[in-house]
Amino acid sequence: MPLKRQLVQAGRHAAIILLGLLMLYPVLWLVFSSFKPNHLIFTNSSLIPTAFTLDHYVNGWRGLQGISFGRFFGNSVLISVMSVIGNIVSCSLAAYAFSRLKFKFKGLWFSIMLVTIMLPYHVTLVPQYILYNELHWINTYFPLILPKWLAHDSFFILLMVQFIRGIPRELDESATIDGCGQSQIFFRIVVPLLVPALITTAIFTFIWSWDDFFSQMIYLSKIDLFTVQLGIRSLFDPSGQSDWGALLAMSTLSLLPVTIIFLVFQRYFLEGIATTGLK
Amino acid sequence: MRKLSKPLYGQQNKTAYLFLLPWLIGFFCLTLGPMIASLYLSMTKFNLLSSPTWTGLSNYVQIFTEDDTFQRSLWLTFYYVFLSVPLRLAFALLIAMALNKGIRGLGIYRTVYYIPSLLGGSVAIAIVWRQIFDGSGLVNQSLGWFGITGPSWIAHPDYVVYTIITLSVWQFGSAMVIFLAGLKQIPTDLYEASGVDGAGKIRQFFGITLPMLSPVIFFNLIMSMINSFQAFTPAYVIGDGRGGPLDATMFYTLYLYLKGFSFFDMGYASALAWIMLVIIGVFTGIVFLTSKFWVFYGDNQEGR
Repeated sequence: MPLKRQLVQAGRHAAIILLGLLMLYPVLWLVFSSFKPNHLIFTNSSLIPTAFTLDHYVNGWRGLQGISFGRFFGNSVLISVMSVIGNIVSCSLAAYAFSRLKFKFKGLWFSIMLVTIMLPYHVTLVPQYILYNELHWINTYFPLILPKWLAHDSFFILLMVQFIRGIPRELDESATIDGCGQSQIFFRIVVPLLVPALITTAIFTFIWSWDDFFSQMIYLSKIDLFTVQLGIRSLFDPSGQSDWGALLAMSTLSLLPVTIIFLVFQRYFLEGIATTGLK
Repeated sequence: MRKLSKPLYGQQNKTAYLFLLPWLIGFFCLTLGPMIASLYLSMTKFNLLSSPTWTGLSNYVQIFTEDDTFQRSLWLTFYYVFLSVPLRLAFALLIAMALNKGIRGLGIYRTVYYIPSLLGGSVAIAIVWRQIFDGSGLVNQSLGWFGITGPSWIAHPDYVVYTIITLSVWQFGSAMVIFLAGLKQIPTDLYEASGVDGAGKIRQFFGITLPMLSPVIFFNLIMSMINSFQAFTPAYVIGDGRGGPLDATMFYTLYLYLKGFSFFDMGYASALAWIMLVIIGVFTGIVFLTSKFWVFYGDNQEGR
């Protein structure tokens, strides 16, 4: 009987590993192909390159029309970091009000906030574009960053509300007795305890801003403002004339920041998803 | 609950609205205002250059009676949602159950299966997908080992949607992580007790696992559905960016984008947006309404 169980266990592991490799194959193919010389990328289906080259990285890094890919990376980092800070500040403020303070129409605002989580962005897209156009903000980063400073991603408000509800109220009460006002309670007690939720918010905001191809495409058309996603899309020509080596090399680089953040902050990631059901 | 004295309450009122201020500005300027504006614009002709001219319901009439592309893109999007969401959730549940049996190395497996969800939304992966499903791509090379000559998946109008569906199903990791957390909450004595009563694995799955997991399934279903209706990047990158071949990648969001930002027919695009809102609202509503028949909240669980 134990032997049979061991066999079943081994079989299960083998199946899971096999499927896992199959799942990772597209990513591995991308990474390994970016080191292959051009003539081998599509002819040689084995992962490990028989010949190794870094040319694609050198070529790709040169970028488009004299603007290097380094610039695109810088732009993407700028947008993502500003978005992260905006989301952390604005969402934590709102979450504190919703979870700890009493105010008029609280129930109404809270339900509105929940509804906005499920609202498809299409329905505000055109007027937002018109608004930013009137403000002469097309081809600036404001349309991408400003919404984060106004807690537009209400998903993170909910995440933090859930988290703050788990912080014992006794802490607030004793601080009140010690003479702390609401803002002091927020900054001295709630924020330090909220750090795990803030980290979850930060990493998801970073990744979503990094990958947010749609908004970037709508609002940015000047090449020196381009982000990594836009840069890659411009290297890629659907009719088949792309420099595939450079494209794959830059694609590999574009996945690197997200992957590193994931591996470093894995714990926060998986807990964040499990407790709130983030994507 | 302790009752606050009047002045203190007023004080908290003011503080609370101060804390809420960014969100409130955002709500009025970026959500409610634009929603009303787009409802108005949907009844106008507007191209961003001249001011909108009122046309009443003519955009809607045109969409429903004359616009073949609208109908095709709507059916395509439905097809995508109703194929990819159940498949993705089924995979997620299946793998989560396989991983939940106290398996060693769970952490590593979970990471590996989550990586596609992490990277799948990027342009880079969409390009890779296009490449591996191409006529001479990896998929057809593998099929070739079995003597099957596959079509050029991305160039064929009948097949290209399946490459986009596989890309979506491939990202089942995030749903799987949620299922794993849900499975951990199910008390093991339920299985033990039913095992003593002679219930087999299949009975246990339908009698215990599914009902106990139904709140999580409900949540995953709602979120996956709403997100899938709005899919854009895979359709844009795997297709040619204009909905081709033969409108086979003309997802609803892509069509709306082309109407609004390529042809600058912003009134028409707003009308499309409102139709999308109603459709998503109806489907979300249906899931919510039917949930009381299939979502089981244990009586010792506190409702949210």
